[in-house]
Amino acid sequence: MKAFSYHKIIKASTEHLSEVREFVSMHAGLHGFNDKEIADIRLAVDEACTNIIKHAYKYDPSKEIGIVITVDDEKFMIVITDQGEPFDKKKYQKPSLKKQIAQKKRGGMGVHLMRKLMDEVRYSKTDNLNTLCMCKNRIES
Amino acid sequence: MKTFNISHRTHNGLEVLELQGELDAHTASRLEETLKELIRSNKGRIIVNFSELEYIASAGLGVFMAYIEDVRSTGGDIKLTNMNDKVYNVFDLLGFPTLYDIFPDESEAVEKFFDDNP
Repeated sequence: MKAFSYHKIIKASTEHLSEVREFVSMHAGLHGFNDKEIADIRLAVDEACTNIIKHAYKYDPSKEIGIVITVDDEKFMIVITDQGEPFDKKKYQKPSLKKQIAQKKRGGMGVHLMRKLMDEVRYSKTDNLNTLCMCKNRIES
Repeated sequence: MKTFNISHRTHNGLEVLELQGELDAHTASRLEETLKELIRSNKGRIIVNFSELEYIASAGLGVFMAYIEDVRSTGGDIKLTNMNDKVYNVFDLLGFPTLYDIFPDESEAVEKFFDDNP
């Protein structure tokens, strides 16, 4: 099976989010994913990068985020890496909108959205590197 | 970089914010400032018209989460209208339709404000 791969590195600043969205949308479109799938991928990647900028790097724009797309006949896979504070899966709780509103809190919605939008979401951590891998399956596969 | 703009008009004593472009973690602070300014000026009857908004991320929804209680506690509300399907889908995935008034058209939000509090 033939696979295509595309890379991008951005500085960890929210001003680069639109650039990341365009990068993933363009490749998903060129590889035949439909509008709904492109919208899902675009939002999931935006949420992932936003979380890294905010939580892993605490808005330090000198840090970097790596993005690698691999596309084949079955799926669109995005691997996003950073070297910041790792995401603590154990502390994560599915957010309750009602509670958040009552407490005037925002946020905590990104991970929940990523899991709803993508077919697979996996985190891993090695010494210094956090890796998030997300996949969107092709409907026809 | 994609643009994000807010235009503000007043319609029958209601504050209408028209959003245009892409609302993400980078542009959400501008919406937040606008909402805070309205709340500070006791203008709590707010309609947000999304007809020209192409994209929203959860940071954009977070702004509505953070201020809705303040607005409702003064007898106002933030009603959301004219979303395209993709934008509505994000609100829907996060459960907003049960806690916020979301209408297909701005005129329905106007009507609801006057029905609830003529």
